[in-house]
Amino acid sequence: MSTEVTVEMITCVIDGFEVTVPKGTLVIRAAEKLGIQIPRFCDHPLLDPAGACRQCLVDIEINGRAFPKPQASCTIPVENGMVVKTQLTSPVADKAQKGIMELLLINHPLDCPVCDKGGECPLQNQAMSNGRETSRYEGVKRTFEKPVAISSQVLLDRERCVLCARCTRFSEQIAGDPFITLNERGALQQVGIYEDEPFNSYYSGNTVQICPVGALTGTSYRFRARPFDLVSNDSACEHCASGCAMRTDVRRGKTLRRLAGEDATANEEWNCDKGRWAFKYEVKNRISTPMIRNAAGQLEEASWPEALAAAAKGLTNAKVGVLVGGRSTVEDAYGYSKFARVALGTNNIDFRSRINSAEELEFFAAANSTATYKDIDNADQVVLLAFEPEDESPIVFLRIYKQVRKRALKVSTLTPYTSRGSEKLNATVIKMVPGNEVAAISAINGLTGKSVVLIGERLSETPGALSAALELVNKSAAKLGYVPRRAGDTGAIAAGAVANLLPGGRLVSDATARVDVAAAWGASALPTETGLTTNEIIGSGTNAVLIGGVDPFDISAEAKLSLSKKFVVSLEIRESDITDIAQVVLPVAAVVEKSGSFMDWQGKSRKFDSAVESLNRSDVRILSMLADEIGKPINLPTVSAARKEFEAIGNWDGAKPSMKSTGTGASLNVGADEAIISSWRNLLDKGSLQEGEDNLAGTARATTAVISQSRASALSVKDGELIRVSNTYGAVTLPCTIADIDNSAIWLPRNSTNSQLIKVLGTVGNSIVKVSKA
Amino acid sequence: MADELMPRSNENGLEKANESKAPITNNEPATFFKQLLGFWVTFRTMFQKVNTVQYPEVKEPTAPRFHGRHQLNRHPDGLEKCIGCELCAWACPADAIYVEGADNKPGEQFSPGERYGKVYQINYLRCIFCGLCIEACPTRALTMTNEYELADNTRGKLIFEKEDLLGPLRAGMVPPPHPMYPNTTDANYYRGEVPNAHPSQGVIKND
Repeated sequence: MSTEVTVEMITCVIDGFEVTVPKGTLVIRAAEKLGIQIPRFCDHPLLDPAGACRQCLVDIEINGRAFPKPQASCTIPVENGMVVKTQLTSPVADKAQKGIMELLLINHPLDCPVCDKGGECPLQNQAMSNGRETSRYEGVKRTFEKPVAISSQVLLDRERCVLCARCTRFSEQIAGDPFITLNERGALQQVGIYEDEPFNSYYSGNTVQICPVGALTGTSYRFRARPFDLVSNDSACEHCASGCAMRTDVRRGKTLRRLAGEDATANEEWNCDKGRWAFKYEVKNRISTPMIRNAAGQLEEASWPEALAAAAKGLTNAKVGVLVGGRSTVEDAYGYSKFARVALGTNNIDFRSRINSAEELEFFAAANSTATYKDIDNADQVVLLAFEPEDESPIVFLRIYKQVRKRALKVSTLTPYTSRGSEKLNATVIKMVPGNEVAAISAINGLTGKSVVLIGERLSETPGALSAALELVNKSAAKLGYVPRRAGDTGAIAAGAVANLLPGGRLVSDATARVDVAAAWGASALPTETGLTTNEIIGSGTNAVLIGGVDPFDISAEAKLSLSKKFVVSLEIRESDITDIAQVVLPVAAVVEKSGSFMDWQGKSRKFDSAVESLNRSDVRILSMLADEIGKPINLPTVSAARKEFEAIGNWDGAKPSMKSTGTGASLNVGADEAIISSWRNLLDKGSLQEGEDNLAGTARATTAVISQSRASALSVKDGELIRVSNTYGAVTLPCTIADIDNSAIWLPRNSTNSQLIKVLGTVGNSIVKVSKA
Repeated sequence: MADELMPRSNENGLEKANESKAPITNNEPATFFKQLLGFWVTFRTMFQKVNTVQYPEVKEPTAPRFHGRHQLNRHPDGLEKCIGCELCAWACPADAIYVEGADNKPGEQFSPGERYGKVYQINYLRCIFCGLCIEACPTRALTMTNEYELADNTRGKLIFEKEDLLGPLRAGMVPPPHPMYPNTTDANYYRGEVPNAHPSQGVIKND
């Protein structure tokens, strides 16, 4: 995109210093460039100017003509010949700012000792730097009931509010969830929510972070610490593939809060509530010592040498597979990849702990996922295929929404019904009956080289859909972005933690690629056969399995049972369903305790360091010890060693194989009382990394089944009434929502309360369920 | 460079300082009278009242503003004054204070208002008794007593917990947690408008 228009530059004078900035730059921002800080509350670089708080008043003069009164520098763009005098050089501006500050403090309760913002409060700081020493106000302060819970995770204290409208502007302009507005007028003006709708936005935590006073505070962090107690660490979010920069604040070895970090190439300054608040899982049911299952079938604590010996014994001379799980760091995934090939001598490795298909492996080898956030910014059209960005990669949603709001970016989405996210994106819904994705994808046209096609991991659930999507991309030269749901997936593909790929996208089937990697690893030869997939490893293909962070009920209802018949070595942070069936359990470090990096969907990796001191070690270190025990060392004693080796291997420059067009699968015949089920995971659901955070769970979307109007009439149910969805495996009963879904289809959340589909129905899509009135 | 590093003796008066460091020499002969004069203070003190106190059998009161062990005070109805704001910990130059705040939940009210100090520890191995914490306290929850007997045989015992620091429940108080005085806000408490406990707050201590 080298066709960028040259920007007109403007020169003005601020406090006697000349500064040249692009046209349209606000005075407050131009002053920042000179290092002059003008106090402000409402101004935020990513939000539209509002001029609400009036704190940034400065004296402005253009070509010798002065404004009669000080002006808000956050709303006025610079002009040629502008002479600005801030509080540093103009006594008038200084007096105006002090007056505004005094006014803002008139109704501010000054309850700083009990306020969570105390110590990191822009109002506190700027009242000290730009306020009067004393207040002349002697009247009674306006009071409100405090605090009001505007959702289970955000508390509102209206007394403290300075009406800067940052929260309301964020909700409207960035998140597209205008659930929070300014009500009333004059002295009684206040932030409020609608009577019947709480502030259940997926992004509500950002309003807490950008509130310049303590008016919005998080329930989970309420009264927990002061800023000086906290040690802040840059970190990466482990929840999804969006790749947010984060800040983890730790007090005495305990994570107390997480904030969105800044990265213009990823999350800008935002994150989602899951990333912000779901971190308590790391202290629940932690495994602290290695364990071995004894003769009586009980797990017994063991020493590391004992446990490693037992694991090594069980894994050698067996048909063995490795299930990595989608939450490992790049370094850990690389460790698993090398461990499987070198120590176990097999390609039976798969990171996909979810519904998966063999066709997907071909896609990993063939797809060239190059799209980035910047491409979304510049796209002429975004096509979403089996990808619900708001639920499955919330920051991707924010980026698309930004462009939709700014320039009405065209978005089309392949989905069974118009979800709230699609509505907000004003997306053209390419509606289809679940299972008919291939035809729908083939019918898409009008893509150009500037279009972006974002593919979600669910597309693999329909046979032939991935190859159709790839064909669409190749045909139109559009940019392809593969956006998996979990944070570790992209890294795992790159690290070769998958049956047909070696690190760097090298094909197992390619001899030169194998030689490449074997040379880097100092191995004489690598296994040549393409390995088994997750389903085959769980099935009859193996009799011993090494498992990382995997929840068997993410894969299938029978996975736990069939794994229980094998020799299972589990590397886990806490007790899980795998622990119940494991023969050897080895504790590993949680994300906050280890260093590493996550690769986001753009392929950009974000390194992070351990935030909490711990004796627990990263998976790769333990795999290295286990490989030593087996007698085939992988020589990755540290995370940094793994990173170095992985980076040295680099990406493959060989040609990517093309993907064969596969069949479209049989279409399903649906009876009158039957429906084809489809589903995806809501952002906030029963995911195991969200455990222990009830305030967050309180803002999860209601669990409802989406049915069509005619089905509702046929069942004689109204919106919100209970329906029963069943198959031979089980049944769920939940309220229905009537939407524009096909008459033959039904949509349910995949893993929400009362709707844990894999556990209860044994299916998540493309199969027939019975629907009846409950 | 080297010249600059040399002390500029005249400016700093170093010469004078060197003079005063010279050994004291007294060449006069030590006569008997002079020796007697030297012992005068000794003899005089023998006939004065002694300053020594037979501690610990005898304990003298301290100066009224002596900086002794801290105390966490209570409101007249027994609620704690501490709101867990951590300003004391912030002010502490020796990092001797550790505070964790928490929410006053309905039915579990420890202090007036929203917040109370859930964990309150002072490490007397670190405390230097400077009193900055007392100055920082916005609710006068933390004051210092005149108690100075703060020795013990383990380190752990010298980290005082909230129970060790809280002032005693006096007559007319109700042990927290209990609700606030009826129809009051925390502001009434801070203005001293709650004189005693109300029967609705719980069983009032009456001895």
